[in-house]
Amino acid sequence: MSPTSRGGRRLLTYADGALVLSHRLSEWMSNAPTMEEDIALGNIALDLLGQARGLLQTIGDEDELAYFRDSAEFRNPLLCELPNGDFAHTMVRQLFADAWFAEVWAALAAGETVGADVRGVAEKAVKENAYHWRHSSAWVVRLGDGTDESHRRTQDAVDALWPFRGELASDEWYARVEPVLAEATLSTPGRDAWTQRGSADGWHTEHLGYLLAEMQSLARAHPGATW
Amino acid sequence: MVTPTVQRAWELLAAVPDPEIPVLSVLDLGIVRAVEESADRRGVVVTITPTYSGCPATEVIAHDVRAALETAYDDVEIRTQLSPAWTTDWMTDAAREKLRGFGIAPPAGRVTLPLLGVGRPAACPRCGSDAVEELAGFGSTPCKALWRCRTCREPFDYFKKH
Repeated sequence: MSPTSRGGRRLLTYADGALVLSHRLSEWMSNAPTMEEDIALGNIALDLLGQARGLLQTIGDEDELAYFRDSAEFRNPLLCELPNGDFAHTMVRQLFADAWFAEVWAALAAGETVGADVRGVAEKAVKENAYHWRHSSAWVVRLGDGTDESHRRTQDAVDALWPFRGELASDEWYARVEPVLAEATLSTPGRDAWTQRGSADGWHTEHLGYLLAEMQSLARAHPGATW
Repeated sequence: MVTPTVQRAWELLAAVPDPEIPVLSVLDLGIVRAVEESADRRGVVVTITPTYSGCPATEVIAHDVRAALETAYDDVEIRTQLSPAWTTDWMTDAAREKLRGFGIAPPAGRVTLPLLGVGRPAACPRCGSDAVEELAGFGSTPCKALWRCRTCREPFDYFKKH
């Protein structure tokens, strides 16, 4: 399947979403609030990286796709590339992304229109995603329904990230996310509020370029290097 | 068909340990899907299903499997099969017992989908108490979570249902 075919572009959206979000989470390594959380974010990042690799391998050469495309060729939803912010911000971003991936993987795992390899990646990812969702939803409830300070920060995160839900949100997505936010005593501007889009046409925030510069620098400095 | 060649390969595989949890062999883990004689009858073809998508042990396991089989065969081919996805249900009862003896609580019960929780270890692998609580949902390898026993006060790894 070519990256520019219709099916290829759709898979790239998922693969790039997992790859870029994985890289963002890896930025927490050695900086998370507790050691357990460092390990948790590392585990989630690793799962996402494995999922991204699995999909990229079905589209083309995984290194070529990951390291030698520029930001305008990436198809990840904008949400995945946004900076980590504070821990509340990272967890709300993860909640939104996990809810999207839950729907993505379930559809691919059941899909008759995708190849056996894609289905295999998705079958695995469905279970990994269940653990990610358990983690992000538990944290959002704990932080939102926590102290005044944690509530304020988590509400700030929802306010900042809600405008980026448009590329992910479906009725199913809202049905997953809204009950968690309600339990966390967090409010949103609602389903009809304005939302940003652009990644389907290669339009990204300014943040993706910096992320790629870091992620791709080694491969571009030493093309074809192995170890 | 289980030819002597294939039988010998299974025996060699039974001695290949998981790099992270050496008390388990790759057969105990349940990741070896098939062993066949290659078409020219000079080697073997082993089919493996990875555990977790990003598990760094996967490549080490493939390397170790190859090294073990190359002691007996000129030609070793390793194939990866993704579907059906690996599940802890494929771990044998003997493997679960080995885990317990190693200090890791084995997966509690069988997996049902959708996966609604990590499950709960039946007992502390050290003292057998069922007064256990979760410390962290993710552990030192993708397959484990960190738990604690409230009776003997020891933390322990739990092999998550997957």
